[in-house]
Amino acid sequence: MHCSLDLDSVHRKGSAEVLRVEDLRVEFCLPDEDILVLAGIDLAAMAGQIVGIVGESGSGKTVTALSIARLLAPPGRIASGRVLFLGQDLLGLDAAQMRSIRGSQISMIFQNPRASLNPVFSVGKMLKEVLKVHSGLQGRAATIRAKELLADVGLPDPDSVLKRYAHQLSGGMAQRAMIALALSSSPALLLADEPTTALDVTIQHQIIQLLLRLRQEHNLTQIVITHNFGVIAELCDRVAVMYAGSILEEAPVAKIFDSPGHPYTRGLLAARARVGRHTEIENIPGQVPELKNRPDGCPFHPRCAHARDICRVKVPRLEQTAPGHHIACHRWQELA
Amino acid sequence: MSPLLEVSGLYKHYPIRSGLLRYRNLVAADNVSLTLQAGETLALVGESGSGKSTVGRCILRLEEPTAGSVLLDGKDISELSEPEVRALRPQMQMVYQEPLESLNPRHKVGNLVAEPLLLHRIVGKAEIPARVSELFHMVGLGKEHIDRYAHTLSGGQQQRVGIARALATRPKLLILDEPTSALDVSVEAQILNLLQDLQQQMQLAYLFISHDLAVVSMLADRVAVMYLGQIVESGPTASVLASHYHPYTQALVLATPINHPRQRKQRIVLEGEPISPIEPPQTCRLVPRCPYAQSICSEQPANLVEVTPHRATRCIRFANEHQAGRWTP
Repeated sequence: MHCSLDLDSVHRKGSAEVLRVEDLRVEFCLPDEDILVLAGIDLAAMAGQIVGIVGESGSGKTVTALSIARLLAPPGRIASGRVLFLGQDLLGLDAAQMRSIRGSQISMIFQNPRASLNPVFSVGKMLKEVLKVHSGLQGRAATIRAKELLADVGLPDPDSVLKRYAHQLSGGMAQRAMIALALSSSPALLLADEPTTALDVTIQHQIIQLLLRLRQEHNLTQIVITHNFGVIAELCDRVAVMYAGSILEEAPVAKIFDSPGHPYTRGLLAARARVGRHTEIENIPGQVPELKNRPDGCPFHPRCAHARDICRVKVPRLEQTAPGHHIACHRWQELA
Repeated sequence: MSPLLEVSGLYKHYPIRSGLLRYRNLVAADNVSLTLQAGETLALVGESGSGKSTVGRCILRLEEPTAGSVLLDGKDISELSEPEVRALRPQMQMVYQEPLESLNPRHKVGNLVAEPLLLHRIVGKAEIPARVSELFHMVGLGKEHIDRYAHTLSGGQQQRVGIARALATRPKLLILDEPTSALDVSVEAQILNLLQDLQQQMQLAYLFISHDLAVVSMLADRVAVMYLGQIVESGPTASVLASHYHPYTQALVLATPINHPRQRKQRIVLEGEPISPIEPPQTCRLVPRCPYAQSICSEQPANLVEVTPHRATRCIRFANEHQAGRWTP
């Protein structure tokens, strides 16, 4: 297929590690207290991999993505850890260095595309701006490239889309335009925060197919944040399950669905409504804890049917239980 | 048994200004007919802009229908005056998608549940506190929640308050407008189970408005699929989901995310996006996106026809080929 994006050779090489997050801790500094919102996150993505982060609201998935891109705004503060992007620790960079990486090598797309696009600029104006800053393209060359990008993300009639403003686009078109903007600098890493959540199912399907095509054609590494296991099943190679600021389980996608090891993962998978099933669904009792009331020990223990004394006091480490499969549960062996 | 709710030929048009003195109609509901028995769940399924919420709001007379009749317990309520409708509202209530936005932030949630009891004089003033606790208990909330404000509750608890408020007037019909789509997975399961239990206890009829076929599959006895204001397919849920008579239903089923990565495969799902809802044609509205469209589809008006018992479709090609004894969906 025609490929209008050219990427660095770095992530064309099969097994290069594009992203490695090590023990990332993030706090929200509020007037009366500091709240720990990420309690030591470890994550990695190889070139061309699509890594999913799945979790319920308040689990810290978005904060993780914002921290990777160094877009976290106060009161959020990265307390410790490392974010290695192509081997370079992003947390050690100054604002100007970070700006030159963000937008050119790391791009991000968001849940509500129409709200994320600038309402007073046309799509063409925004695209040409990015092309000018990151690729030095101007005038006719920029217009041609902008049209190529819009065509590449599957927008029919790029000429007319170039002239449109965010409010003149449907949700699906706006997300495609957002992806075109994100791709305009040929990034090595795309952070996608709930990219299909606000969209209808037929449009969601189109966007999932587009993200898969970008991986296939451009070997684009992606971190995809979602609360929807269906999106994970469609899209991801690996999955990290987050809960209350911790990763509780991390594994290749088939492993997560075939042999989930953490009681929370099992509960979440069982709690899904499914086509063709009309019996009562098993559900996880209780609710996600508020950040400021993060439970001691395993964050999931108040809702866990298997919790023992140790779970209430000691935080379980994310340990390797099988090749490529990591679980943070004191009792994973007994429960396996 | 005569149905609890019978909607026939419901139209809702919104005039849109298109020139100095010219108006064109945005067609939100186009000749929608449906019935609902006591204790039954009918799902209205469709994507945004399909008109499913409009139909729900027209039934409750929260919107004035442009044309059509709505019979509740055999009584035509579409011609009633506003005070007469208000007197009937206790029998039909609505649960909204965004629980926080539908609950007054300045009142304690206990008072929000007491309000309909007071307004409709469901119980005497003295009995209100007891009835409120009873309603809280029914939806799985404790007494300690009664004096809280909505924003201090979790999303699931807020939706439980919304359900308690709707149940306060002892309705026969609940219109549930995407009641779980704003909730987390584990909480969604809790609310769906609650709705199922309540229906069994109280013989409630549900008109369940949703875009999520997985949720519909669990809760609904029958389903009506809507596209651009029209019902394009209807029938018993299991039957419709197992063999679809309309390409749009097929697309919805195929676009629903898979349950397991093993099911990954290339699927043909609709290209492009829906056409404009402003004065759409009476021929099939899916034609520009439909992989099976033939010339006949843009020539003949597409009507909803019953092709097998209890199963109706608006697909001309399906109906023709079914009649000729050959159809390969």
